[in-house]
Amino acid sequence: MIYFLKYDIPSICKKIIRQQMKNIGLDYQIISHTEIDIKDVISDDHLKYLNNCFQDEGVEIIETQKSILIQKIKDTIIELVNMEEKLSTVKTSEYLANKLHHRYGYLSNIFSEVTYTTIENFMILQKIERAKDLINTNEYTFTEIAWKLNYSSMAHFSLQFKNTTGLTPSAFQRIMNKKRKFAIAA
Amino acid sequence: MYRNEVIRILLADDDPDDQLLFREALDGIKIKTQVETVENGLELMNQLHQHDHLLPHILFIDLNMPLKQGIDCLQEIRRNPAFQDIAIVIYSTSSMERDIEESFVRGANVYLQKPNDFSSLKKALGEVITINWQYQTCGLNRDNFLLSL
Repeated sequence: MIYFLKYDIPSICKKIIRQQMKNIGLDYQIISHTEIDIKDVISDDHLKYLNNCFQDEGVEIIETQKSILIQKIKDTIIELVNMEEKLSTVKTSEYLANKLHHRYGYLSNIFSEVTYTTIENFMILQKIERAKDLINTNEYTFTEIAWKLNYSSMAHFSLQFKNTTGLTPSAFQRIMNKKRKFAIAA
Repeated sequence: MYRNEVIRILLADDDPDDQLLFREALDGIKIKTQVETVENGLELMNQLHQHDHLLPHILFIDLNMPLKQGIDCLQEIRRNPAFQDIAIVIYSTSSMERDIEESFVRGANVYLQKPNDFSSLKKALGEVITINWQYQTCGLNRDNFLLSL
């Protein structure tokens, strides 16, 4: 005789969560069987450990770890863009992979999945943002800025600036200066 | 601002055909959006001042509108600190350099020249929303947010 089984999935899942969390001893609240709120601040290593415990039960902590990693990728890129010496000597993909201890392919996929852009485009956007800040100081020539941001030439820099913002660096500079004057006059 | 949050968009444009095309173009974009429309500048200002109404993340303003011109709305909005987080897109048929610069100087973030065909419109709106999303989620300096399409 074959008997069929009917499961109450949410209850089973919550039971698993409670068992695992009991072992770890963190203050938490179960929001639903797919979401828990951990009240304590936990370190990366601790979270990794927690994830391992859950994985044994077939449960994976997704969004949190993903978003932490995404944040680290972004921070690393921003840091890289702001360090002239590094920018010119390292390869972005290798730098990210070494620093974050993941294959670049993995980082690149996870990044695109969550942020609607690619690591390459994010890097370009950040470089252009940095260029805008440098332009706004009115202290550097475009050639100097191109050099600081590791572009092979001023033409290459101008082109990427124009492709990203729709404006040439000089149009941007002119508009920003006018905008400042206008704001002061108002 | 998280991945699943819906982007609130307000379009101020008196042309019903343009409104319709705008809505349809946004349907094809990966980021979830919610669109409201107003038909003139006065209606736009009233809507923004309604306190029970959530402010839009992105505001599209046609330069040529009845009752109150787009450029006047832009200036009024930018002088009110309550609206400082709204990204403003000037959405116009004009390709005149003067209109573009004037819009930026008065505080527009994006100048979008109304594209002639549907696929370019879709592409342009996608670009605006994606870049705005980067500014919203990555703490980029909004004062520097200028995009001309």
